Amino acid sequence: MFLISGCNRGIWDPVGPVAAQEKQLLINSTAIMLAIIIPTMIATVGVAWWFRRGNTKAEYRPDWEYSGAIEMVVWSIPALTIMLLGGIAWIGSHNLEPSRPLPSTTPPLKVDVVSLDWKWLFIYPDQGVATVNQLVVPAGTPVSFRLTSATVWNSFFVPQMGTMIYTMPRMTTRLNLQADRPGVYNGLSSHFSGDGFPGMQFQVRAVPADQFATWAHGAHAGPALDGAAYDQLQKPSSYVKPFTYGSVQPGLFDSIVANRPLPPISPKTTPPAMHVSPQPPAGHNNVR
Amino acid sequence: MFGRLTWDSIPFNQPIPLITSLIVFVVIAAVLVWITRNHWWPYLWNEYITSTDHKRIGIMYIVLALVMLVRGFADAIMMRAQQSIAIGQSQGYLPPEHYNQIFSAHGTIMIFFVAMPFVIGFMNFVVPLQLGVRDVAFPTMNNVSFWLTASGVLLTNMSLFLGEFARTGWLAFPPLSEKAFSPGVGVDYYLVALQISGVGTLLTGVNFVTTILKTRAPGMSYLRMPVFCWTALASNLLIIAAFPVLTVTLALLMLDRYLGFHFFTNDGGGNSMLYMNLIWVWGHPEVYILVLPAFGIYSEVVATFSGKPLFGYRSMVFATLGICIISFCVWLHHFFTMGAGADVNAIFGIASMIIGVPTGVKIYNWLFTMYGGRVRFNVPMYWTIGFMLTFMIGGLTGVLLAIPPVDFIVHNSLFLIAHFHQVIIGGVVFAIMAGYTYWFPKAFGFTLDERLGKAIFWCWFIGFHLAFMPLYVLGFWGATRRMQHIPDATWAPWLDVAFVGAVIIGAGIALTVVQLIYSIRTRDQRRDVTGDPWDGRTLEWLTLSPPPHYNFAVLPDVHGEEAYWTRKQTAIKQDQLIKEPDYQPIEMPVNTPTGVIVAFFASVCGFAVIWYIWWLAILGLIGAFAIFVWYAWRDEHEHIIPVEEVRANARERRRIRMEHLHKLSQST
Repeated sequence: MFLISGCNRGIWDPVGPVAAQEKQLLINSTAIMLAIIIPTMIATVGVAWWFRRGNTKAEYRPDWEYSGAIEMVVWSIPALTIMLLGGIAWIGSHNLEPSRPLPSTTPPLKVDVVSLDWKWLFIYPDQGVATVNQLVVPAGTPVSFRLTSATVWNSFFVPQMGTMIYTMPRMTTRLNLQADRPGVYNGLSSHFSGDGFPGMQFQVRAVPADQFATWAHGAHAGPALDGAAYDQLQKPSSYVKPFTYGSVQPGLFDSIVANRPLPPISPKTTPPAMHVSPQPPAGHNNVR
Repeated sequence: MFGRLTWDSIPFNQPIPLITSLIVFVVIAAVLVWITRNHWWPYLWNEYITSTDHKRIGIMYIVLALVMLVRGFADAIMMRAQQSIAIGQSQGYLPPEHYNQIFSAHGTIMIFFVAMPFVIGFMNFVVPLQLGVRDVAFPTMNNVSFWLTASGVLLTNMSLFLGEFARTGWLAFPPLSEKAFSPGVGVDYYLVALQISGVGTLLTGVNFVTTILKTRAPGMSYLRMPVFCWTALASNLLIIAAFPVLTVTLALLMLDRYLGFHFFTNDGGGNSMLYMNLIWVWGHPEVYILVLPAFGIYSEVVATFSGKPLFGYRSMVFATLGICIISFCVWLHHFFTMGAGADVNAIFGIASMIIGVPTGVKIYNWLFTMYGGRVRFNVPMYWTIGFMLTFMIGGLTGVLLAIPPVDFIVHNSLFLIAHFHQVIIGGVVFAIMAGYTYWFPKAFGFTLDERLGKAIFWCWFIGFHLAFMPLYVLGFWGATRRMQHIPDATWAPWLDVAFVGAVIIGAGIALTVVQLIYSIRTRDQRRDVTGDPWDGRTLEWLTLSPPPHYNFAVLPDVHGEEAYWTRKQTAIKQDQLIKEPDYQPIEMPVNTPTGVIVAFFASVCGFAVIWYIWWLAILGLIGAFAIFVWYAWRDEHEHIIPVEEVRANARERRRIRMEHLHKLSQST
């Protein structure tokens, strides 16, 4: 692959339009502020040193405590800086609003995300498959996420793709991201969620569009995600290795958001219950 | 009979908390034995424990904060060590259930039981002296406030030995902190300890707002108050406005946990977003409750050691009050990633940035205070300049976090951790150290060692940057906070640098203890005989060091913005002190054990609530209430200091002052 995990540089190495714009905003705003702050820091040290008590060349003005002109300047410098940055914040907030669809000629891929204790479930409603701790997306195609949590809060974050967003129980958040460069990227939960939290890492595989179709087709070979399989899946476990479900019972995401049990389905479509067998790294026990 | 409390509550199978608890018990026992063998109990009881003297209460707050700083730092170094070890295949030495308690305890203790008691301690010690009065408005309530804070400290630390502390982070967000996900006693320890100490803090707020608004020396109009008093006023107004929100928020969570309510649960119509909003409505002003008095300390220090009045005094007051008000309009910036929408995010982002304006003005005003001055590089000045440099970077990263789309990629990351440690260490802790060095001679009559003081500064300054600059970088690489295990092996060198930084800060803390002991042992060479060791400008330097219980024999008449400086210059010019006034007997409040007994019963009640021992909880509540009733029926309110004693002390002070004055006159 293009990148091996563990060698990426997070938000410093954006792979999509959202992350690239956010990185640019970070750099621009830092540059604007440094232009003010560096001279001020130099002045602080310089003034303190020049006016040290031992320096006989420095003029001592023991009663000088006010100057309207200086006051005017010292209020203006931060005020003007903040007006500029405020404008950047306003425009940036609207351009990069997470729920806003990304401009593209390709229709977006829909993915429903559920954070569980302590792994990620990705449901592809249009493909009818689902994955755990592995998100496969076509490169160059916008991905439109609906996110929720089955237990406590988490935050869905793929640093190289940009914008993170909370997953919250009984609520749905929306997020639109895109990866232009094929590769493997790290994803994580960035909101503490309990004992298994550090094991909530997942992989994002951005693959060329044709490979994505092949993958989705091949994924159907996997076991079904129905009520029983979901009950297995939602038992607490951490450091879960990625795996795939070949079919997903319709309405699963909505029933998780509504916190109601899955409607039973007819027995003939129910395959044998899937056994989730998380394999943590050596020396690691499942938490709880 | 004993609720949830069983032998299993003691962590016999966990060596780290068990051994730590044993060491703590041994140290406490040794201190108690030491006090007993020296027969210091009567002195401690009369002069400190039951004291209503604002100076003594202030000192107790600061001692409490120093002890808790050691505890909070022990947590910090354990976290740094764990993150340096637990990389790749290694799980480190702390399992998640222990590590998660440590970072929760670190945050809770550092904010509530280190930063808050330090700041409140300084306000206690300094504000009445600077206002030129004899005590705070409600001296007994002041003592109660302190002991309730101490009760919170006791309960929090008890969790080390009995049961566990919260594993939810220092703000205990539901639904993780709900009974369904945190069934143990940890969150209950957190809730009960903060409820009890929160009452103490609220009472402090009421006390100080009243003191500053209603009791000032004659002639001390609002615009003649020292800037520290202004910042203390702003901070206490924030306490009064914000702490009830905390109390209610925690009470709602307690209702969920104890009585099965559904305010923040996943089921029953609860909404955990509500908690996030409520806790930050308290939490953001809390930051300014800490940092505004810190700004006040820097203002006092920079004016004194530059030998000049503070530049742009009115501007500073305006900026302080501006920050005080805007700080209530920005809480949402703590959760831009909740998906509230572009307009909401942008408005709160811009509001947060606006706070940068008055803060920036303050930086420039301190700079122009030094301009044209004669800057003496004593220890407090090191901290102040160190603060100005550090805080500017902290402000920069803060404004970055206030831009919602930037926050989207660094929120909750180690970048955020580095940012708020930069403003809280660089802003609040540096001020605490500056204030500690600056006012120590006023409290004890001798100065702290300068050389060690500078060594402490360099330890903190270098240690801080080593410990937190790598975290900014790691934040860029996608490292998030509260990780018991580090997924990426390439982060190791940066985490090791951070660990070294933490060790250097630890050396700074150890040197603080060394400095204290060394300074006490050499105190005869470092006596402050004049009461004015730094050539000060505000009224606390008018009285002797340490000041008598009643502070001033006669309340000073204030002329001009810098009450003491004006008076000193007039005296130097005329080469004489003001005419000896007519001394009167002074009424001072009597000591009272109310505070310590109320806090005892509050602790008993709190402990019982945590462990579901309901009969004991009722007993504790009755005990606490009974002592209030008993106090309300007291006969003796004040004792009178006879005029002879006042006169004798005052004449001694005048004699010392005359000598000092002659020296000053000759030198100018």
